[in-house]
Amino acid sequence: MTDDPLLSVRGLTLDIPTGGGMLHAVRGIDFDLNRGETLCIVGESGSGKSLTSLALMGLLGPKIQRRATRMSFDGTDLQTASRRRLRQLRGDRMSMIFQEPMTSLNPAYTIGDQLAETLRLHRRVSKAEARARAVELLEKVGITAAESRLSQYPHQLSGGLRQRVMIAMALMCEPELIIADEPTTALDVTIQAQILRLLVDLQREMNMAMILITHDLGVVARVADKVAVMYAGELVETGPAAAIFGNPTHPYTRGLLNCIPIPGRNERGARLGTIPGIVPSLVGEVRGCPFRGRCDQRIGPCDEAAPLRHLPGGHDFRCVHPDGHRHEELTA
Amino acid sequence: MSDHPVLELRDVSKVYTIKQGLFGKPKPLRALNDVSLKLARGEVLGLVGESGCGKSTLAKILLGLEQPTTGQVLVDGQALSGQDRIALSRRIQPIFQDPYSSLNPRKSIEDIVTLPLRVHGIGDHASRDRDLRRMLDIVGLPARVARSYPSQMSGGQRQRVAIARALIMKPEIVICDEPTSALDVSVQSQILNLLADLREELGLTYLFISHNLAVVEHLATRVAVMYLGRIVEEADVATLFENARHPYSTALLQSVLTPDPGMGVPDTQLGAAYPNPISPPSGCAFHPRCGRVMPHCATIAPRPVPTSDGHVECHLYDAEPAHAV
Amino acid sequence: MTAIPDAFEIVGPTPAQQLRKRMFGHQGFLIGAVILVVLVAIALLAPVLAPHDPYAQSLGDRMLRPVFMGGTWDHPLGTDHLGRDYLSRLIYGARVSLLIGAVAAVISGVIGTALGVAAGYFGGRVDTVVTFLINVRLAMPVVLVALAVVAILGGSLSVVIGVLGLLLWDRFAVVMRASTLQIRGREFVAAARAVGCSTPRILLSEIMPNIVNNLIVVVTLEMAHAILLEAALSFLGVGVQPPTPSWGLMVSEGKNMMLFEPWLVLIPGAVLFVLVLAINLMGDGLRDVTAPENRN
Repeated sequence: MTDDPLLSVRGLTLDIPTGGGMLHAVRGIDFDLNRGETLCIVGESGSGKSLTSLALMGLLGPKIQRRATRMSFDGTDLQTASRRRLRQLRGDRMSMIFQEPMTSLNPAYTIGDQLAETLRLHRRVSKAEARARAVELLEKVGITAAESRLSQYPHQLSGGLRQRVMIAMALMCEPELIIADEPTTALDVTIQAQILRLLVDLQREMNMAMILITHDLGVVARVADKVAVMYAGELVETGPAAAIFGNPTHPYTRGLLNCIPIPGRNERGARLGTIPGIVPSLVGEVRGCPFRGRCDQRIGPCDEAAPLRHLPGGHDFRCVHPDGHRHEELTA
Repeated sequence: MSDHPVLELRDVSKVYTIKQGLFGKPKPLRALNDVSLKLARGEVLGLVGESGCGKSTLAKILLGLEQPTTGQVLVDGQALSGQDRIALSRRIQPIFQDPYSSLNPRKSIEDIVTLPLRVHGIGDHASRDRDLRRMLDIVGLPARVARSYPSQMSGGQRQRVAIARALIMKPEIVICDEPTSALDVSVQSQILNLLADLREELGLTYLFISHNLAVVEHLATRVAVMYLGRIVEEADVATLFENARHPYSTALLQSVLTPDPGMGVPDTQLGAAYPNPISPPSGCAFHPRCGRVMPHCATIAPRPVPTSDGHVECHLYDAEPAHAV
Repeated sequence: MTAIPDAFEIVGPTPAQQLRKRMFGHQGFLIGAVILVVLVAIALLAPVLAPHDPYAQSLGDRMLRPVFMGGTWDHPLGTDHLGRDYLSRLIYGARVSLLIGAVAAVISGVIGTALGVAAGYFGGRVDTVVTFLINVRLAMPVVLVALAVVAILGGSLSVVIGVLGLLLWDRFAVVMRASTLQIRGREFVAAARAVGCSTPRILLSEIMPNIVNNLIVVVTLEMAHAILLEAALSFLGVGVQPPTPSWGLMVSEGKNMMLFEPWLVLIPGAVLFVLVLAINLMGDGLRDVTAPENRN
């Protein structure tokens, strides 16, 4: 094992041309991910978290313009790599799990065919070997009677089973990196807990790195080693999970944590915290801190830029305030 | 104040007939199985359970969109027959989950919010306009949105419009069917606060259907846990969250992920998948997934056992299960 | 009030503004619409625009060539085998084509929409019956049935309109059924029912506004279809009867001389082509213009 991170991203920027001008969906985000580590990217709709994951996989639509100062996967530069090389990486060494398994599984093929196909695309194995591997993985993701499931079609399975099949498919080639975009959002809470447990266990067993994209702070806290809070195309706060939840510093992170009811923590029926306002438009020139329109700590310099600040233990955030709080002497 | 519960369900069952394939024999699907519930005025009853447990069917029956196969729905102690949809709609109104689907995209906000008044022939144009402005103000929207269309609004704004539509007829009971699960976290808290305020100010009674137990815990006064068309436990919110009786309630509570780093993902011990409602398990429907299953659970269906603040349907709490045969 | 408002910026234009903007940005739709408007205006103003009486025969002036083939400006498009002014007949023929297209499309539209919406909304047995009717209708060859009916009842404008109107409803029914099915499951329909709306009110006021754009697209397509069928029937001699000026009939009358005077066929053929093309352009454009809104 080397000390270099498995995945390293610097200055990732995604622009989408629209009728009204350029939409700056993601603006200069940086992160590293080591082997066996879990990074949770948390954000609300429109924050650009899903686009980021697609950009890493090289699955963006043709209209979206991607730039980065660095984007490397285990020494391979993902920006300059040929399409052929990227295809070899995808599904083999990095794979993806989507929110809605029904739309990502092909309804015209059986589960077994789809699982075997993934493996045979990347490895020289016989059909029988591929099927054996498929059975092995279906059992691993907790599907009973795996052998008989191979001949079933996606519509014959329940939502939870389909998501398990998706996970099995993503794991067919024992990837080093797995990107899961809201993998449990469409599922019931009990199934969500089972699927998350499964993901975490498998990840540990196979020493995979995982990027989990979600809006659910509960999921983040339970699964993440590192957390990146994303707002309107920027990472406003990053750091170890314990630091983010123990000492949330960016006003947006604090606001989010105040918004959610926590059983046993906040008083029943008491008012919940709110973040007034809506996400700003990212069309045209974007200046200053993107959160300032909704921020209760806003001061004049927020219109200019939000500097990146470092706290001990790899805990970074972007805010004009050195500790995320407005102090009177600054405004005076 | 009357002694009657404002809303009561007595042994309500709903059976759908499901055709299987072209030549398959139609099979009955018991979406609701002898459900009894009481809602006192001003109460918030949280209804929780997994998808397919019958929550939505129950909501449809209360809204008059479906008729129960057997059993009665009583409002203020009076039984409703199938013909009372219009009368029912004055007293019970829904707020749906998806504000992108619950507002007609071709209608202006004014048309959407005043539709109930126009359908029931209440007031003239001027009074409807006054009511519209009053409602928009109550849900925290400026009067100028009246001429806008749903496509011009954000999810939170749309859900406020849906709340205004539900409340313009001054109903007593509001059925909230997952009202915040389609919204962003920061918007969800605004809508939950609004619902709590409205209940206090307008004296509303809520049936709050949700799969998010943290939200239910926050808003509800009582909780009913549904499993496969039965209410397996009903209790005050404090009792349920601190001292749940039914093993299924316990499993549900365990699956709540509070934002506590380092605690890992809990093991709910719910081994098997949710059963197919067309062929429910014998005896207690929960027994194949239950961690505390006993031999007779597979053969004898548990009966409701009254508790200090509700009931539970589980052999663990029934001293003489043999009588249940 | 205590509620904390989220931002009140009203984002974007109203649906009507958006539609207008898209319409004016769609070339195909604009070209089709302009041609169609011009042709409708010509049809309406036929008595003013036509230089001659379209029925006036003048045996001395038979088969005069159009201006661009060496004719005179007295008859810009020449005359036919009975010496009738070709331009005037062409202008009056637009009335026949547009009338048949519009009325046939409206009749089938009413039948098809009623059947389709009922099938989509009520489902169950109603749906089974309607689907059966659609299949029966699809099994009938339109031209053969039209030929048979017209042969029995005799060809006239009203018979042709009636036959086409009763035969072209299938596509309306199929499209309206599918659109209704799609809208029926939306929560605003359940909300309207929970408010106490009657079924007719839900169908007309909640569902129709959401599927009317699909209806308009089918209307244009079926209008073009009806116009072509009328031309075909008239060409075969069982449609509109002489001396009524109909483009199909004009092609038919010119076909005997086609090898010597091809313009007799080419001119009515060309305007028929332009009319149908314009209607189809507009229909395709309408589908493009209204579809993105349906999706979100």
